This record gives sequence, C-alpha cells and structure tokens, in this order.
Amino acid sequence: MFKYGSKKYLISKGIDQYFIGVTNAFRFTTLFFKEVFKRPFHLREVINQCFEVGLKSLALISLTGFIVGIVFTKQSRPSLEDFGATSWLPSLIGIAIVKALGPLVTALICAGKVGSGIGAELGSMKVTEQIDAMEVSAINPYKYLVVTRVLATTITIPVLALYCSFVSLYGSYLNVHVTETVSLLSFYQNAFKTISFLDIFTSVAKSIVFGFTIGIVGTYKGFHADQGTRGVGRAANQAVVLAMFLIFIEEVLIVQISNWF
Amino acid sequence: MEKLKNIIHKEETVISISGLYKSFENLEVLKGIDFNLFRGENVAVLGKSGSGKSVLIKIIVGLLKPDKGDVVILGKQIAHLHGKELDALRLHIGFSFQNSALYDSMTVYQNLAFPLLMNMKNMSKKEVDNAVHEVLDAVGLKDKNKQMPSDLSGGQRKRIGIARTLILKPKIMLYDEPTAGLDPITSAEIIDLINEVQEKYNTSSVIITHDLTCAKNTANRIAMLHKGKFIKIGNFEEVFAADTDNEHLKGFFNYNFIQ
Repeated sequence: MFKYGSKKYLISKGIDQYFIGVTNAFRFTTLFFKEVFKRPFHLREVINQCFEVGLKSLALISLTGFIVGIVFTKQSRPSLEDFGATSWLPSLIGIAIVKALGPLVTALICAGKVGSGIGAELGSMKVTEQIDAMEVSAINPYKYLVVTRVLATTITIPVLALYCSFVSLYGSYLNVHVTETVSLLSFYQNAFKTISFLDIFTSVAKSIVFGFTIGIVGTYKGFHADQGTRGVGRAANQAVVLAMFLIFIEEVLIVQISNWF
Repeated sequence: MEKLKNIIHKEETVISISGLYKSFENLEVLKGIDFNLFRGENVAVLGKSGSGKSVLIKIIVGLLKPDKGDVVILGKQIAHLHGKELDALRLHIGFSFQNSALYDSMTVYQNLAFPLLMNMKNMSKKEVDNAVHEVLDAVGLKDKNKQMPSDLSGGQRKRIGIARTLILKPKIMLYDEPTAGLDPITSAEIIDLINEVQEKYNTSSVIITHDLTCAKNTANRIAMLHKGKFIKIGNFEEVFAADTDNEHLKGFFNYNFIQ
C-alpha cells in the first residue's frame, strides 16, 4: 500500500478513483437489467419521457438529416461523374445514410440534446436532495428516474434514426431533382435496391445500443452529480462528452461485427 | 408560540441508537452516539454546522450506512433492511429536508399526491384528493395546490415539505433545520406547526437545529452534539443550567441569546 498524506491508496488516488468509477458505472448499468423487469413499470413516465426525447428532438433531427442528405449528395456526385456512375448515386446515398449516417447523426444530436438534458435534470435533482426525498418516501429513484429515461431513449432513438434516414434521403432526392428528372418513388426504390434486411436490422440494433448508451450515461452522470450548481453543469457536460465517445467506439465495433455476417 | 403539549410513552422506544460511528474518508463525523427516542417525545439535536447532526438523521432514515453501531427504528435494525423491507419502514418515517427538496417539475398538488400514488396503488382519485387537501389544511396552505414550488416563499416551501411527509401518516418525524434561513416570524410559525403536527398526528420527532428558540419550544429533551459526540442530554434547563462549566454550551447559549 502506498501512502499519500494520511490516506491509503492501492495504486494512487487518481488510478484508484478511476477504477472505482468504472466499477460504479458497471454496477449502475447492470442494475438497469435487474430493475427493468420488476414491478412497478411506471409506463406513464416512460411514455412522458418518450415524448420528451422524441417529439422535442424532431425539429432538430429533421433539419440536420435534411442538410446531411443534401451535402452528402453534393459531395459524392463529382466523384461518381468521373467514373460515369451517377446512376449509382441513389444506391450509394441509401447505403451510406441508412447504414451509417442516419443512426450516427441521430445519436450525436440526441447525445447533445437529450443526454445533456437528462444529466442536468437528474444532477439538479441530486444536489437539491429531490432524489433523497424520493428515497425516504419509499419510492425507488433508480426505478422511477433511471429505468424510465433509459427505456425512453432506447425505444425512441431507433425510431428517430429511421426517420432521420428518410428525411436525409428526401434531401438527397431534392438535390438530385435539381439537375435530373427523377420521381421520388423511383429515387427511393433505387436507394433501397442495394439495402438488405440485415442492413436495416444492423442500423436499428446500432440505434438501440446508441439510445441505451445516451440514457445510461446521462442518468449515471446526473445521479452522481455533486458540488452544487457547478456539479450540475459538469454532469451535463460529461454526459455529452462520454456518450459521444462511447457512440463512436460502439459504431466501430458494430460495423466490424456486422461485416462478419 | 404555543407550548408543546405531548404525552411521552417511556415504555416504548421508537428510535434506539448505540455506539454509532460514521466517518467520510479520514474525517470522523460521529464518534460513538448513544441515544433513545420514546413514543410521543420530541428531541432536538443541537450543534454547530459540521458537528454531524444531518449525518445522524440521514443514518436514521437509511440514506447513509453507519460504519459501526446499532440503529433500531420501530424495533427493526435499519442496517439489516434492504429493498421492500426498508421501504416499508420508511413509510413510517417522515423526513423534512433543510431546503424542503420539493420536486420542482411538479405542482404542489402533484408533490403531495406523488408519495401516495407511488405507495398506495389501490387508492381512488377521490381518496388521494381528500388526503392532499387534509394535509394542505393541516399546514395552512389550502389554496396553494396549483402553484409550482418556485412560486412559494421559503416558509411556504417548508410547510409543503412537511405536508408531503405527513401525507403518509408517519410515526416518526425527522426535521432537518426546520427554521434555517427563515425570518423570526416565519420561524415562529414553523415552530407552532411542528407542535401542531405532534399533537394532531401523535408523532415522535427528532429536530435537528442550531436555533435555541426552536429547540426550547419544540423539544422535551435537548441533545447537544459537539465534535461527533453528545456532550449533554436533558431538558432545556438542565442542558443550559446557569452553573454549567462547559465552555461550548455557554458559548452556544450566549451566541443564540445575543442573536
């Protein structure tokens, strides 16, 4: 044992605290799987949170998805023209958006908007003792605050990701439509021609993982906020940064795994 | 201010604490607490900031775990209880927080109805309505049920905080600094409310405070906490006897008197 001042640490204060943090986060996450199947289910609160996550992010996701579709089409067209392969544009855009960009853009937006919101809300409840007040009233705060929010993000973000993909393809269609006469139906048909069921399944599975990550990171950071209003700000900030970091790692892993099939 | 008129049942202990120790990293907060609360009794725990008062009641309600010692509430060792057993015990304990801890996204009505809706699933809407209006009446804020906590004054928030604990009809009330941050008139109203609650609901109470007026008017006994230990327990006159040679007690009394 090393001694730093009068305190004893296994390795050093920083390293010990890091591993304690990882252990706590792991316990916090596993507790979700224990609690999610237990009564009461707080369905009304889950629906409320789905509304908070879904409807309130819709405008931002619509705008971002639309712009991504336009920009990606504009950037891809010159390269395809060089090879005389502009007819492949809808397929290329379709694969890129449905398999990668739709889920990723949605997850990043939700990490910023929803993750920070959850972190700040729960952080504020923690520092003003509202979570303790629930606990002493014999209400399980983990069940009521964490499980409901994580379920809401896990359910809603895949739906938002699919919606984002459709809006992006529409943006792409409008961009193509400026220079070429093509109907919306045939554009969508071409876009989906090369997309298999496995691609859609992977995309939805990925969004479920992203949604779960955003929910669990936001609630974890909020639940462990301390040091007053400064702690609330830090919880919101860390919820965004850590969720985005994990989303990129998960993206790489899921792409790697899906390539095996 | 009305005087406390309660009947103490000394044959029945509702809180029994023995050899209680609690520390945070290297900081020893509680260093061997022994304490009993009888049914119908009010005890004020007095002490300076940082003396361990709030830690003590957080241990009583199970928000913190003790390092060592026994805490028996209504005949049950709180350290041995988990999940549903702990929740069942907590239904008998009302905890009034220093800053009220009202749910700021809910109206006053929702704040009061929330513990009922979560714990008494078979209650009808009318029964919940009646219970909410009864406790609002008990704390004298009948007309505030549609307001948000942010629209209330400090004293009103304290009252709603107390009403939220009363809605579950607790046997034990724990007040954490009930008069902190309030003007003298509002403090006197809260002191009266604590006594009214004691009378109407037959509760036994632990009142954490550093306000001697509050302690004198609400408590049957006073327990003086200093550096993690009770240095004196007794009624007000015994604890602050004129011939006391304890510098800390003298200082505490003189400070409050000057204030």
